[in-house]
Amino acid sequence: MSDGWSFTRWSAGILPAWAHRLASPPHFYALAGRLTPWFAWPAAVLMAVGLFAGLFVAPTDHQQGDAFRIIYVHVPSAWLSMSSYAIVAGAAAVGLIWRIKLAHWVAHAAAPVGASFTFLALATGSIWGKPMWGTWWVWDARLTAELVLLFLFLGYLALADAFDDPRKGDRASGVLALVGVVNLPIIKYSVDWWSTLHQPATITALGKRAITIEMLWPLLLMWLGATLFLVAVTLTRARAITLERERAQAWVGEAL
Amino acid sequence: MEIPVDLAMGRYGAYVWSSVGLTLLVLVYNAWSAYAALRDARRRLRRARADQAAR
Repeated sequence: MSDGWSFTRWSAGILPAWAHRLASPPHFYALAGRLTPWFAWPAAVLMAVGLFAGLFVAPTDHQQGDAFRIIYVHVPSAWLSMSSYAIVAGAAAVGLIWRIKLAHWVAHAAAPVGASFTFLALATGSIWGKPMWGTWWVWDARLTAELVLLFLFLGYLALADAFDDPRKGDRASGVLALVGVVNLPIIKYSVDWWSTLHQPATITALGKRAITIEMLWPLLLMWLGATLFLVAVTLTRARAITLERERAQAWVGEAL
Repeated sequence: MEIPVDLAMGRYGAYVWSSVGLTLLVLVYNAWSAYAALRDARRRLRRARADQAAR
């Protein structure tokens, strides 16, 4: 076996000490358990306030009427579907490059939540489309790319469970997650690159926005709440996976 | 009984409330299934360790 230079070993040296410590399953299990309530409760409060304000406080849109209020569940779902996939792919990359098994478990934990948000984005978008476009579905670039994202999540989950040796499942699903990253810019820029029925971005990074502040703040609360929710659920799922995968280890007995 | 205007959402009530209902259902399911996965994993491992200790 060669004892030469390897990217994994070299790059492990540039990871900060806390990253190495976080990669330790017992440390992660304990830390995630302590952090989860700090994400879960603010998530519940923010989403409750954001949804109430979006449904009852925000003014009615002069073109779409009250149907526009669907954005308070649709837009955060769509944002979170992409963020979840970025987490899955990022964690899978860490798992593949630095061979950190915990990173694969975090990716597995985030994938079902991401698939749920993607399903919600598609379903609520479809419900909004019926009164606004007159149809439940069109093979529009944005919608089709979001549907591909759902298939990527489902494919990732199926592949992760397809092997008797879970480590093989980690690697195979990790590679699929990385290949699927190409779909994220396609979803994001599909409304700019092609002539689509789907409207352009309501809010952009450059600060231009197409809605008033009275409509915007409940949306931002919903986005922040949904993000915290994603973190809380992912941490909880990751703890369950950590216990299952580490069941033979002595620390698990102490943690139970 | 007249439905308050805010709940009727103009003539889009069915669309708005079905979207909100579906979202809440999926959020609650996600939270519950994550909690149940952790609880079941703990139970399974506790039982397995108790069986091992009894043998």
